[in-house]
Amino acid sequence: MAHVKPYVADAQVQASVNYPGELVEDWHDKAISRMGELLGKYRSLRVFMDACVHCGACTDKCHYFIGTADPKNMPVARQELMRSVYRRYFTLPGKLVPGLVGAKDLTKEVLDDWFSYFHQCSECRRCSVFCPYGIDTAEVTMAAREILNTVGYGMKYTNQILAKVQKIGNNLGLPGPALEDTLSGLEEDIEMDTGVSVKMPIDVQGAEVLLVTPSADFFSEPHVESLIGYAKVFHQAGISWTLSSHASEAGNFGLFNGNYEQMRNIAMRIRQAALDLGVKRIIVGECGHAWRVAYAFWNTLTGIGAGGDDPFSIQLQKQLDPRYRQPMHICEFTHDLIKRGALNLDKEANDHRIVTYHDSCNVARASRMGDMPGGQFIIPREIIKAVANNFVDMPMDTIGERTFCCGGGGGVLTDDLLEVRVKGALPRMEALNQVKENNKVNFMATICAICKAQFTKVLPFYGFDMSMVGGVHQLVSDAIQLGTKE
Amino acid sequence: MSFEINGKTYETDEEGYLVNLSDWNEDAAKHLAVEEKVELTDQHWEVINFLREYYNDYQIAPAVRVLTKAIGKKLGPEKGNSKYLYELFPYGPAKQACKIAGLPKPTGCI
Repeated sequence: MAHVKPYVADAQVQASVNYPGELVEDWHDKAISRMGELLGKYRSLRVFMDACVHCGACTDKCHYFIGTADPKNMPVARQELMRSVYRRYFTLPGKLVPGLVGAKDLTKEVLDDWFSYFHQCSECRRCSVFCPYGIDTAEVTMAAREILNTVGYGMKYTNQILAKVQKIGNNLGLPGPALEDTLSGLEEDIEMDTGVSVKMPIDVQGAEVLLVTPSADFFSEPHVESLIGYAKVFHQAGISWTLSSHASEAGNFGLFNGNYEQMRNIAMRIRQAALDLGVKRIIVGECGHAWRVAYAFWNTLTGIGAGGDDPFSIQLQKQLDPRYRQPMHICEFTHDLIKRGALNLDKEANDHRIVTYHDSCNVARASRMGDMPGGQFIIPREIIKAVANNFVDMPMDTIGERTFCCGGGGGVLTDDLLEVRVKGALPRMEALNQVKENNKVNFMATICAICKAQFTKVLPFYGFDMSMVGGVHQLVSDAIQLGTKE
Repeated sequence: MSFEINGKTYETDEEGYLVNLSDWNEDAAKHLAVEEKVELTDQHWEVINFLREYYNDYQIAPAVRVLTKAIGKKLGPEKGNSKYLYELFPYGPAKQACKIAGLPKPTGCI
């Protein structure tokens, strides 16, 4: 199979994210030492290394295994790439009788396999749902990538993006003036379409809400349609909001690499923007892993979120409005407005669509929305049903916590892995085809920039039109009746 | 990696994007287009020239909306949409058109 390895990051890219420029001479010892550090720091990793009983429950649950039929893409086999090395260097039987316990030396060949197969995992965590011990392959993958990076064997796509966001403020590398130009163009577009002047504010001091959204929302189709949707919702609700040029990115690829420092650096930009602008609320746009980082990690990384009673957390807590959940997902925000009757929505505006919903993996399996269990599944669907008359779910074993990854998550969304991406999308494409055939579904809504970009690219490989995918707020945007409520 | 036209060498990265932006000229664009299996017409050149102008002003390729609007103004409103741009650059206007225009590859969730 072609495209089974992404491009290796060159020395310049590696240096910009503080990793060695090329594979270091003592890579073997460095890798084992870093692995030891991670095993000590993350207890979960050691448990995952020890706990597997090879029951086989995970084997056919990975979309990349289903799509590629490569046995090394079975989750247990992916974990085993690290587990066999773990046994050799960190367990007594593995040190004494490696051959008897499946322990392996870390050779260059093994390291190459790591590079290939830990970049054919989108860290979607579907396998962990089926594992009786809850072993999370995503965490194993993150640790492996961190070890690879430590020895100078990084991946071009992810590391290039990590460099850009830390230098310019977003994954795309959109500088402030380009962002302003793009936003003012969008304001013109909305006014032309609707006759209503809807603002796209940026760097506004004293706004109520700071919106942090993936930079793809500024740049790409169909992403931008959701950005327009958020702006219309804020407009009709009469809530002042702003974007930030300093924190013009919700996504956080530090998570994908298992690099705590970088994850924190990126998240800190958002804290800084919130403090500088004096906002009362922080809302996150349609981005899957951003919401995982925001929901699960911002609290300890940046002091955004409840609970922290240290001076660092308190500084921000004093500023943020305690009546609202911090941070809040844009879907929670819009859903709340809908429930309170604050939005005037015409469902018929979406009558040309029969809509289904693709749960994005990080939202589905690593976060929640609202105050009820399963809110992350319920809230986006409730929004869709409030703005469209025709909604059909895909088969049960492909949605909710069992949702299939789009095939491009976790840093896999790169052209050099296109074949892996196309094959990894197979289970989702089959499910979509089922509702297309049975229910005439012609639109798949989702709330993740990666999912949107990935589907736009791979839908045509399966005979679908690329415009079949779009955001939940794209549907909101089409249904909202501007000028009737404000 | 590199290619050569009329004795001049153009360095590219592993994905075929020019390494030095200043190397770009029409010859390079024509070569890059052949590699991409894109036959350059006047319409393609409108897009390429706009990309380069925008990059010159903002150090980034234009967002798809900015591009479609500009092309709509130049070539007529029926062509101001991403469907038309995909007809010109089937692998996607952002990446393929940037490559031929000698601009860096846009990165991110796109």
